[in-house]
Amino acid sequence: MSGGTFLGMPAFPRNAAAAVQDSQLRFNLRKATHTIRGKRASVVAELPDWAELRAAGKEIKDHTLRNLDRYLLQLEEAVTAAGGHVHWAADAAEANRIVADLVKATGETSVVKVKSMATQEIGLNEALQEEGITAYETDLAELIVQLGDDWPSHILVPAIHRNRSEIREIFQEKMASYGRAAPEGLTDEPRALAEAARLHLRERFLSTKVAVSGANFMIAETGTLVVLESEGNGRMCLTLPETLISVVGIEKLLPSWRDLEVFLQLLPRSSTGERMNPYTSTWTGAVEGQEFHLVLLDNGRTRVLADEVGRQALRCIRCSACLNVCPVYERAGGHAYGSVYPGPIGAILTPQLRGMGSALDASLPYASTLCGACFDACPVAIDIPEVLVHLRGKARHPRAERLGMRAAGWVFDRPARLAGAQRLGARLRRFVPGRLPGPLAGWTDTRDIPDIPAESFRDWWDRTDGGAR
Amino acid sequence: MSGGAAGPDPTARAHAAGPDPRGRTGPGTGAATGGPGTGAATGGPGTGSRELILSRIRAAVAGAPEPGITRAYRTSPDQAGAVELFAERVADYRAVVHVVDADEVAGAITAALGRRAAGRVVVPDGLPEEWARAVRSAVEAGAVPLGRGTSGAGAAAIMRDAPALSAAELDAADGVVTSCAVGIAETGTIVLDAGPGQGRRALTLVPDYHLCVVRADQIVAGVPEAVGRLDPLRPLTWISGPSATSDIELNRVEGVHGPRTLEVVIAR
Amino acid sequence: MRVALFITCVNDTLFPGTGRAVVTLLRRLGCDVEFPQAQTCCGQMHVNTGYPEEGRRLARHFVDVFAEYDAVVAPSGSCAAMVREQYPRLARAGDASFAGEVAETVPKVHDLSEFLVDVLGVTDVGAYFPHRVTYHPTCHSLRGLRLGDRPTRLLEQVRGLELVPLPGAEECCGFGGTFAVKNPAVSAAMCGDKVRNVAGTGAEVLCAADNSCLMHIGGTLKRQRTGVRIMHLAEILAATEATR
Repeated sequence: MSGGTFLGMPAFPRNAAAAVQDSQLRFNLRKATHTIRGKRASVVAELPDWAELRAAGKEIKDHTLRNLDRYLLQLEEAVTAAGGHVHWAADAAEANRIVADLVKATGETSVVKVKSMATQEIGLNEALQEEGITAYETDLAELIVQLGDDWPSHILVPAIHRNRSEIREIFQEKMASYGRAAPEGLTDEPRALAEAARLHLRERFLSTKVAVSGANFMIAETGTLVVLESEGNGRMCLTLPETLISVVGIEKLLPSWRDLEVFLQLLPRSSTGERMNPYTSTWTGAVEGQEFHLVLLDNGRTRVLADEVGRQALRCIRCSACLNVCPVYERAGGHAYGSVYPGPIGAILTPQLRGMGSALDASLPYASTLCGACFDACPVAIDIPEVLVHLRGKARHPRAERLGMRAAGWVFDRPARLAGAQRLGARLRRFVPGRLPGPLAGWTDTRDIPDIPAESFRDWWDRTDGGAR
Repeated sequence: MSGGAAGPDPTARAHAAGPDPRGRTGPGTGAATGGPGTGAATGGPGTGSRELILSRIRAAVAGAPEPGITRAYRTSPDQAGAVELFAERVADYRAVVHVVDADEVAGAITAALGRRAAGRVVVPDGLPEEWARAVRSAVEAGAVPLGRGTSGAGAAAIMRDAPALSAAELDAADGVVTSCAVGIAETGTIVLDAGPGQGRRALTLVPDYHLCVVRADQIVAGVPEAVGRLDPLRPLTWISGPSATSDIELNRVEGVHGPRTLEVVIAR
Repeated sequence: MRVALFITCVNDTLFPGTGRAVVTLLRRLGCDVEFPQAQTCCGQMHVNTGYPEEGRRLARHFVDVFAEYDAVVAPSGSCAAMVREQYPRLARAGDASFAGEVAETVPKVHDLSEFLVDVLGVTDVGAYFPHRVTYHPTCHSLRGLRLGDRPTRLLEQVRGLELVPLPGAEECCGFGGTFAVKNPAVSAAMCGDKVRNVAGTGAEVLCAADNSCLMHIGGTLKRQRTGVRIMHLAEILAATEATR
């Protein structure tokens, strides 16, 4: 995904085990996820037709994906007719090359960026750096991540793993090397930190000639692009520069303008837990004299689309509601997932986009208890547990596990074998150690194991004729 | 729709964007330039990647069922009390809200600018004359310039966007006064469509203070009605309260890059 | 009504008392309970760990065993949810006749509280249990089967029982089947939070409708010497003055 970023990272369980030991991280994550979880629940409960909106959202997305070729062509035609230029990128390298060439053609050596998952996925900033172009992130959290030479750990609030005092330190140490230094005597008050970011970026907004963005939605019917945000950095990047380049995954399409009536209700409430996010910008082609380029990105999406069960992951509108309700994400944090897409959606999207070749990617479908909280929270009804189980069926299994599962299957195939195994266990029950060996040690490290009863239920039923004797 | 630049989809949407049909910012303006970067012959029409992606899609969905779309959600929520709900929901975002009679708008503008001590105020083309005069009288009433030390700042003035103000000039403004296209009661959202009295998008973004006047007849109950009233071919800005972030420990802070203060005058 | 008890492999092997309690309770309510000896396991462990073929084989076996009954009762939310949610999916990849049998059998499979409240139409089962109890609605009961308040309505009718709310009740305990073994650190962290919430209620008994989750939470309750004991819903509902 991102140019070598996560390659060679260990599998999820190891990353998560380290994160679980980090008490500051645990505290930050717990506080943040519970806060946003509560906000979402209350604004969703406000709408009497949430279930109907959710059903429509799911169906609109499914319909779009089913007819994606037709809608992409319609979009291309509409964007072109409105004065924009459309480019197609089959993979990350091609998308990066297209963007770099477009920036070079303007003669500029720096770009401002709107927060975009797609450009992180393809490692655009690093690719531009290699071409001598500096990409400046302008979203507050992305700025924190960039200055801290860090990785985002959440789709909506990428610096969720950082607390105020860490952010203050990052600003004091790093802002000067990127532009305007942090103010003297900067405190760790969120207001003061936001103000420091405002001052740091203002000059850059007013002077930078090229901007790079993603998009939340593209409307095939009209060629309109839509970006939702909170801070206004998006508006700055979308309106002030002379050239705008938007890199958007091909699954971000909606058929008609009317469909926004559904998604502009689903997304803000699910994402930030607000009735509406502070700013949404929509533009069609080249507006207000701006030069506009749209780069349509595949990068594995068509592979996901080919999987009957897994393709529902492409409905995702990147709201992050699933992360905020996920008990595993809450404890493991975003970095453990080794991808710009963490949490439950990441656990099904990343292994499909990248394949399950690496130890990390093969471990992601198992990074879940299948508790189902994500499915309930998803505004487009992606059955994440269903996809997780589906991907587990395609994963490579460790040999010891395969043998164990085969043995268990053999026992369960015949009731007599099961009864025999139970009796054997009952006979040996005094010899069960308090600490189990091998992979089962993880259980007994923190939990006792239940006592094995002297008699199984089926033997009791047999002996007493179901309690009659 | 064929996506032609000939204007909006003619499937009859009521455009409540005021009296300006297809203003300066219609589609295609200034875009007829071939522009640079057309050297980026990668992935354009007829190229390998375009065909590759399309063929991958066709192979991926071949034989998949065609899902239907059921729209059972509300498309015309109760309009009663929309103005009051709008006022309440805008205020929820910690914007400053006034509800006044139509003939009190000018006075409300003057008073609001006076409270801000705004000396340099941007007035977009097409703002009703009476409101523009209200801005003038506030500015001339001896508003104290904030004097942020940027060159050109200081002298109290009405700032017109013709010729176009530079980003630096906008940055030196104390505020901007606009009308709007649509207000949404359920979400407390104001939508600007660059129509008369709203100006281009940067005017309401760079100054630190935005005073917006919303007429009662522009307020709709919910998001579906707003989408129906708006023209997608115009650049739209949906505004719900002042700019904000929750990036630091999920604490909401108002005022990041956009205006830190949003003041709304609702004309009954 | 011919009611078959689907005991589930975990209960059969590790929690036979739960099965005996179900038998006692259903007989008290006038049901004719049968125990088809050919039953083994619903296949959940295999399917959820990524072995769909073995899971499908066990699903076929389940359908063969239970097809003839009017109702199948399982004292396990997660096994009932497995049958209801995953069997149709497993059948989709199988032959048409299997899909038909699944469609026939699945609606007849009920979790215990569903069977009591929806099929028998009772909430007061005549139980007596004079203790302070808190209830953990396990994930598959809550979000798979959508049991809602059925279990707590049953508990509220138990004479002598004081039901205390569990903070963060809807959050997963971290068991997740093989998750507890594959991701022990996160699983233990989740269970630690659950146990803190349970202990904080001051309850004597933690009740749930799933013994696998109870085994997980109970293992930690015991390791931490909290003195809180675990009981399956069936065991509380089966209790009367005579048994106390």
